[in-house]
Amino acid sequence: MKAPSLHLDRNLLHRLGIVAVLLVIAGALSATTDSFATASNLTNVARQISINGILAVGVTFVLLTGGVDLSLGSVVALSGVVCALFAHPGEHSLVVPIGMGLLTGVACGLFNGVLVTRGGIAPFIVTLGMMTVARGLALILSGGKPVADMSPSLTNLAGDLGPLPIPLLCFGVVAGGSWLFLSRLRLGRHLYAVGGNEQAARAAGVSVPKVKLFAYGLCGLLTGLAGVVLAARITTGQPNAGQAYELDAIAAVVIGGTSLSGGVGSVLGTVLGVLLIGVINNGLDLLSVSSYYQAVIKGVIIVGAVWLDRRQARS
Amino acid sequence: MLRAFELTKVFGGLPVLQRVSLEFRPGEVHALMGENGAGKSTLMKMLAGLYQPDGGIIEWRGQQVRFGSPQDALAQGIAMVHQELMPIPDLNVAENLLLGMEPVNALGWVDRAALHQQAQAWLRSLDTELDTTLPMRRLSVAQMQVVEIAKALARQADVILMDEPTAALSDHEVAALFKAIGTLRARGVAVVYTTHKMDEVFRLADRISVLRDGQLVCTQAASEFSPDSLITHMVGRELAQVFPPVVTQPGETILEVQGLTRAHAYRDISFTLRRGEVLGLAGLMGAGRTEVVSALFGLAPADSGQIRLRGQPTRITCPADALAAGFGMVTEDRKGSGIIPAMSVEHNLTLAALEQFSPGSVLDRSAEAAATRSATADFAIKASSPQQAIRELSGGNQQKVLLARALLHRPDILILDEPTRGIDIGAKAEIYALIGRLSAQGTAVLLVSSELPEILALTHRILVLRQGELSAELNPRQTNQEEILRHAMPQ
Repeated sequence: MKAPSLHLDRNLLHRLGIVAVLLVIAGALSATTDSFATASNLTNVARQISINGILAVGVTFVLLTGGVDLSLGSVVALSGVVCALFAHPGEHSLVVPIGMGLLTGVACGLFNGVLVTRGGIAPFIVTLGMMTVARGLALILSGGKPVADMSPSLTNLAGDLGPLPIPLLCFGVVAGGSWLFLSRLRLGRHLYAVGGNEQAARAAGVSVPKVKLFAYGLCGLLTGLAGVVLAARITTGQPNAGQAYELDAIAAVVIGGTSLSGGVGSVLGTVLGVLLIGVINNGLDLLSVSSYYQAVIKGVIIVGAVWLDRRQARS
Repeated sequence: MLRAFELTKVFGGLPVLQRVSLEFRPGEVHALMGENGAGKSTLMKMLAGLYQPDGGIIEWRGQQVRFGSPQDALAQGIAMVHQELMPIPDLNVAENLLLGMEPVNALGWVDRAALHQQAQAWLRSLDTELDTTLPMRRLSVAQMQVVEIAKALARQADVILMDEPTAALSDHEVAALFKAIGTLRARGVAVVYTTHKMDEVFRLADRISVLRDGQLVCTQAASEFSPDSLITHMVGRELAQVFPPVVTQPGETILEVQGLTRAHAYRDISFTLRRGEVLGLAGLMGAGRTEVVSALFGLAPADSGQIRLRGQPTRITCPADALAAGFGMVTEDRKGSGIIPAMSVEHNLTLAALEQFSPGSVLDRSAEAAATRSATADFAIKASSPQQAIRELSGGNQQKVLLARALLHRPDILILDEPTRGIDIGAKAEIYALIGRLSAQGTAVLLVSSELPEILALTHRILVLRQGELSAELNPRQTNQEEILRHAMPQ
């Protein structure tokens, strides 16, 4: 009975496929550039992927239920602005700006979730609306200007803890926690069930609205976290930050094997997708490819990766 | 005309069809019989170009062919009418029927008058009158099937493959379909057909091929089979007794339903159910049987009426309530509200009783695996491993997983809505035996079924629904199919 187990581990094969592509690209970059395989560059990559990583893990939950969240980038900006507003030196303890940033994210996420579950509006539309509302709110609250003058205790959060960048640690904790959540908790299983067949999940006693609300809320929380990390990193609350972040995040999730129609996917896949996109971005920078070309190349790689994967799935 | 030679297909390492050779002749109705998972659907799908064979060849009019897609097969004159029909619900009958071959005028615009005229002509050739301007979604399943057949004819099909065309049809709809099949035969079309209904095969088929476990057991003229010999060939053993005797004495009342009403579905439904009792709900399609049991399980709550459970008034607004109150249910629509296709057998099985396996909400995966092992053995579920995706299993095995799911949290009341629809005789017998065992253990069973022999043999009492109202309560030992039908027919 060797053949069935091979067949069953398609997920594993998929992951090995991404790892192989990652290794090939990393090997090529090490060979063609002097700077890729240096400690300082790799820490730089780690720093860059952290924010996309946190967002991608968050939106994995939503995609698993068969939904989508297009408001990530705007909510990142709004959470960052709110965080910065409470982060002026000497005003509040560190907990307040962080808490307010996270709360902003959760509020946006739950709002999306309520409109999707109670309102019965398609997630695409709901989160498209949230995308412009959150962006607008960020501009209103900041008066259209970056919110500067942030306390060093907060901006230090973008620094290192020992040898590791704190944003990377955040990403690691988020990914590890989410992986455990999805594979070991009842609610995690319910997420897959709702995305796999909503009617059947309901008939099996799963509370579909609660599960969806949870997914959007958690995605919002992680988006808020990404907003706080970004504000710390750029030392301002930028109302125009995070443009199109949702696209990189969703691309990473899909490259990681999560189905856009829900019910199939994993955090591990998402993490690999994030790494792949991160290394490609970094490599294009190191090779001094113009950013105009970078955009084109990235788009082709995203579509190509998914196309290859689906072709494999059919055979 | 169409020949399969040593066709083989492998799924997930398991051979589902092994070196099957068959021949189909014009003007002949050829029935493929076998249990679920025997390979009938797979064989048809290969002939229709949906699947590519992993071995063997298909010969069409003396030439070896390879169909890359259903379109390829159709272009050659081989059409398939699917178990799950695939019409475009918002287009009308004529548009569906002539999809992709609409008559056009000189400007290239669709000629509506000609479209409807042609569509009607095709339908009339099957002795059917239908308003071709109706959107497809308004048609009954039987009418859609006739449209699908007409669609195949319009594309000059010489072979029409039908996968369980009567599974969802009422008796008079079946009669209409048979008439259409008769017309096809007279026109020299080769009809290949699967079903689980014995009486049908003998009424319809010229030749019968029996498949078992992916292999061809025999091909003979239908007249050379008897129902008994056919079953023996399909199952590979004598079925000593399909129906277990009803021996259990029902205990105290567990469920009382009073005046249950839902607009446009059912009115004033009242009945009681006792521990260990098997209560049958009979009626025609659309009589409200599924709607009533859906209300009990919280899938579609009633507008008014009372449900008393163990003497206590109980409100059930969602399936989670019903599960907590001690109900279990296997729904009628296995694909729609039963399985989660991409999930594994194990995860499908434990889904409704997940609380058991996750005290404090952390899953105990070894307990899940143990429960799956024992359920797989108890219900004889055939899967390559508990991690196999359930969509890769045959319908009968999927159904067994769903039964195991419903029983995992030991319900006091089990609702079975058409539990044996589209299931082979072996799996049916297993389900009948299970109902007997559950009843002996004191589980109350509410059985909705369109198969009257089943309801007559298994139940303690039969309720008949007619157009949303209770029309009779019958003792199965003192009634017969004719009497049940008399109460079920609209007056």
